[in-house]
Amino acid sequence: MALLQHKRRLNPTVTLMEVSAPLIAKKAQPGQFIILRVDEHGERIPLTISDYDRERGTVTIIFQKVGLTTELLDRLEEGDDILDFVGPLGTPTDLLDREHPGLELGPVKRVAVIGGGVGCAIAYPQAKYLHARGVEVDVIAGFRSKDIVILEEEFKKACDHFYLTTDDGSCGEKGLVTDKLKTLIDSGIHYDAVIAIGPIIMMKFVCKTTEPYGIKTLVSLNPIMIDGTGMCGGCRVSVGGEMKFACVDGPDFDGHKVDFDELMTRNRAYQEREAETRRTHACRLMQKEVE
Amino acid sequence: MANMSATKLPMPEQDPAVRSRNFEEVAQGYTAEMAVEEAGRCLHCKNSPCVAGCPVNIRIPEFIAKVAEGDFQAAYEIIHTTNTLPAISGRVCPQESQCECLCVRGKKGEPVAIGRLERFVADWYREHGTEKTAKPASNGVKVAVVGSGPAGLTCASDLGKLGYAVTIFEAFHTAGGVLVYGIPQFRLPKEIVRHEVEGILDMGVELRLDTVIGKTITIDELFEQGYQAVFVGSGAGLPMFMGIPGETLSGVYSANEYLTRVNLMKAYLEEYDTPIKKSRAVAVVGGGNVAMDAARCAKRIGAEHVYVVYRRSEAEMPARNEEIHHAREEGIEFHLLNNPTRILSDGKGSVAGMECIKMELGEPDASGRRRPVEVPGSEFVLDVDTVIMSLGTTPNPLIRSTTPGLETNRKGCLVVHEDTMETTRPHVYAGGDAVTGAATVILAMGAGKRAAKAIHEALSAKKED
Repeated sequence: MALLQHKRRLNPTVTLMEVSAPLIAKKAQPGQFIILRVDEHGERIPLTISDYDRERGTVTIIFQKVGLTTELLDRLEEGDDILDFVGPLGTPTDLLDREHPGLELGPVKRVAVIGGGVGCAIAYPQAKYLHARGVEVDVIAGFRSKDIVILEEEFKKACDHFYLTTDDGSCGEKGLVTDKLKTLIDSGIHYDAVIAIGPIIMMKFVCKTTEPYGIKTLVSLNPIMIDGTGMCGGCRVSVGGEMKFACVDGPDFDGHKVDFDELMTRNRAYQEREAETRRTHACRLMQKEVE
Repeated sequence: MANMSATKLPMPEQDPAVRSRNFEEVAQGYTAEMAVEEAGRCLHCKNSPCVAGCPVNIRIPEFIAKVAEGDFQAAYEIIHTTNTLPAISGRVCPQESQCECLCVRGKKGEPVAIGRLERFVADWYREHGTEKTAKPASNGVKVAVVGSGPAGLTCASDLGKLGYAVTIFEAFHTAGGVLVYGIPQFRLPKEIVRHEVEGILDMGVELRLDTVIGKTITIDELFEQGYQAVFVGSGAGLPMFMGIPGETLSGVYSANEYLTRVNLMKAYLEEYDTPIKKSRAVAVVGGGNVAMDAARCAKRIGAEHVYVVYRRSEAEMPARNEEIHHAREEGIEFHLLNNPTRILSDGKGSVAGMECIKMELGEPDASGRRRPVEVPGSEFVLDVDTVIMSLGTTPNPLIRSTTPGLETNRKGCLVVHEDTMETTRPHVYAGGDAVTGAATVILAMGAGKRAAKAIHEALSAKKED
């Protein structure tokens, strides 16, 4: 059980929650995730930790309403408990000094951190971590349009150069994050590494962009999971032709080796059922409203 | 006068046609009259061979004598001196290869139905029994138990009885380990597991759910917090796959995932949110008890055809005969001497069939079983939309990778001293699948028991120092 201490809506579909979880806050590192369950009949879903405060014993999660579980989570109010809150799970991102064979960034001077949509919530702690340790950080944050932009102020404090793009040009530069990245690279900036977190399709194309330049690119994958401790194998992904379990081997991987198309298909496994659930469980949602 | 019937008194079961559509328990258990009658078959041999065959040495003839007298409370108390979880072991133990295979009655006819009697006594006690044992006085010595499966529960229970301040740490949101995520409701109702867990907690054992040892807290931190010994019963972990093309298609599950969705997350109940594929035809690859469980769950979820695909013949299948028999009765179709070669895609990333090749048995291999060899050119496609890989598991790396000084063998299993279950790290003990790789519930219970005894001896000696 974990107490929801603070809740803030970042845009109409994205919510920030600060949750009291002292044991997790004590251990959490960038790139790690938690698994939560909202109520007795609910699913277990993984959410990446977007911030933590070791002194106050809190963990911050930022999520988008995409299905029943996130919808139910979004309805919790400050002072409510989240039924189950487990973590920190996964291997931390190796930023600078930890061991993580094959993924370690090593000594880096300048890094581009790219966030897409709600993925910015996970890109943010990476930028913050690197920036605080003297690395020159360029952030490219991409959104569909102005009304869903999140964390703009936070990012500005956690990087050296901040670039905002929107698909429709309603805010920042019109275009995709990959356009901006290519422009920056072609202008002569040397990036030692790129960290890309967002929709699978965005990560795929960031990797396609960086590959010809040979820039090491880390991505954070979000496959379907149950236990998050390596037991179910539901989160398996193909990386460099090998089967990996995102929950224990990841969730970060070398983006140039990830089979993104396969991940997209696997993540759609329950799409039909999800649509059905939204219809049939409308009653459950309404019941929650009455409560 | 002993009941001289050559056969076990049958246990009532749900009709196969009915039960293959529900999750109610298949075997319904003896009535009191039946139990007394079957208990009359025991000859009370002086040397009690059955007891030696039991991994936790239940005093079998003694409890059966009490059943024959109709004193079920006394029978329970006898069982409980060596086995804390009889309602569970009475249901899932492979008695035919343990106690019952050594029964003298088995030489001419069938052995005494020890498992059914154990189950009856445990069930009777749950409904009618009176608790006699008072909560033990605490000695204040802290012991941590990692994992609440059969090994951890047994170890915690034995130490709790001795007055230790035991805390069980469980990664999932429900206690029971494989008893709740793995073994299906129709073989082991979850209410029974819950009841057994509550019994242990009533003794004063503490349970901390949602806590992953190795991640949330390390074993070193447990010692810093004052725990004097740690028992690791973290179970088997990572599911194995075959390494054939198509295993990452949507619609391919590990048995662990499929069973967890069904059992722990209750995907079969409308009021739970857990999704599971509504399959038309399912292939379960493997021949163990887990494969039978997965196949029978798939049938109950509503698949028209469920196939068990196994590369050897029925004689080599590791599953219990009773499980194979039950599966057959429920309409599970067996494709023996067949091995999958690839899983076919429908072009959109989902399963559209599984290509298999026929096998024949050659010379015995290292396991002593005849080695299956491919029959060239015999490939065919099995029409399925779901594949469940039930090939076993390898131990979870979370604890060994975060605990210095824990040695593992080349399979990744924790190395322990056989008598004490102590690992290569002092005061850290281990048992169950984390040590043996995938094995049985009762072997895990036996290991938990041995570790509890060794922990008690070590900590008692330490106190005297």
